Amino acid sequence: MSLRFPEVIAAMLMLAATGCHRESRDYRSLALQAQDRTKAFGGNAFHLAQGQRLYAWMNCAGCHSHGGGGMGPPLRDDEWRYGGSLPEIVTTILDGRPNGMPSFRGKITEDQAWQLATYVRSLSARTREDILSGRADEPSNVEPPVLDERKPVRRVTPRQDDASEE
Amino acid sequence: MKRAALILPLLAPGCAGIQSANGRDAVQGALIGRLFDVFLGVAVVVYALVIVYLALALLRGRRHRRRESGLQGEPAPSLERPWRIGLILFASATALILFGLAIATWLTDRALAKAGAEAPLEVEVIGNQWWWEVRYQDPVASRIVRTANELHLPVGQTTRLTLKSNDVIHSMWIPNLSGKQDMIPGRESDLALHPTRTGTFRAQCAEFCGMQHANMALDVTVESPADFRRWYEAQLVPQPAPGGAAAAGYAIFQNRQCASCHAVGGTPASGQVAPDLTHVASRNTIAAGALPMSRENLARWVSDPQAVKPGNNMPKVPLSQSELGALVAYLETLK
Repeated sequence: MSLRFPEVIAAMLMLAATGCHRESRDYRSLALQAQDRTKAFGGNAFHLAQGQRLYAWMNCAGCHSHGGGGMGPPLRDDEWRYGGSLPEIVTTILDGRPNGMPSFRGKITEDQAWQLATYVRSLSARTREDILSGRADEPSNVEPPVLDERKPVRRVTPRQDDASEE
Repeated sequence: MKRAALILPLLAPGCAGIQSANGRDAVQGALIGRLFDVFLGVAVVVYALVIVYLALALLRGRRHRRRESGLQGEPAPSLERPWRIGLILFASATALILFGLAIATWLTDRALAKAGAEAPLEVEVIGNQWWWEVRYQDPVASRIVRTANELHLPVGQTTRLTLKSNDVIHSMWIPNLSGKQDMIPGRESDLALHPTRTGTFRAQCAEFCGMQHANMALDVTVESPADFRRWYEAQLVPQPAPGGAAAAGYAIFQNRQCASCHAVGGTPASGQVAPDLTHVASRNTIAAGALPMSRENLARWVSDPQAVKPGNNMPKVPLSQSELGALVAYLETLK
């Protein structure tokens, strides 16, 4: 069976149309119920990326490192002391937990807590590849692109005291 | 042609005022401007000569063809000699002009390096989506001034800006003073400025950096060294907890989300991820040029930042009308 030209064109147009799907970004307060929030935040690249920024800004790495744990428990394993679902992580962030986890209620907004939880969950959960951040924030063992120190701009004419040193 | 003539006057405002692309209000901008003039002058002369020669060649060619076809007078003289001389002249003129322009470029480059070699003032400018953090460096830590979206420069002396970025590539451009310089995450670049005229200018991020790229402006004030000193000393003054009418707003600022990200000198609020607000009310604009500074605009901004500048990182903090009023009253005292 061979496809005719109009059919090929139609098929290609349909393929191209899938490229027009764009994920929506909710900048405003969402004011949703918990189960709707799980859906709205869970698979959303924007909220995940904002959560990753908040993770750095609120110094979560200070205790949890970049997911590997330190003073606080690791976030990369499959062990959740207080539950690993999004609403449970949000509760942990907003209310705090015994032995050190501080409460962030009033320090960040509720939406920000959901963004943060989305990122924290993505550290261990199977998150869709296409919404994960392209670059992690943790220190890398790969050589940095620029190794040499920046040198100060050289003076055009050497000063008197420079000349006397030579 | 007529349409082009109509468009031209529209371009003229780009060469004047607080954001002039023809800026020569600093030594650096003037040097580049002078080099531009040289290039423009030479290019105009060369262009005119080429057009004249082209016209002559067309006329001559027509006459020559007529002679050859025997319609007119005696047979054409040989053209080989004048052609050769013309070619030699053309090639040597081109080489000479290019060499001259190369020397002019080299001299400008040397002059730029010389102008930026000694900088008594070092300032770090850090690009963020979508605001500018400005840090005046000082060996004494307590004398470092941290501000946002405003840059004050003393006239008649060189200031070196170290440019960094916290997220994506931005570009620093103060059109009146000098050319652009990119701010690349993970790298440092620098820009030396030696302003020669006092005034207020508008700088703009010149590299598309996201949704609110257009709302990423920087107010640049060039002032006399004495005025600059006065401003600097004023910036160093902390703003401890106020009494009276502003006390309620102060409590909201400290106890709600504001203090997590913003800092106010002399108070426990010391967040480093958002603009320093110690002297926010003395600035000309709110949110990197998004709104002019006023009581109404402060209220508009704080009540819903996402309505004014969608996508920016300041969340909408739920506040009642009276809380908002108190908070704005407090922010207004941060002169």
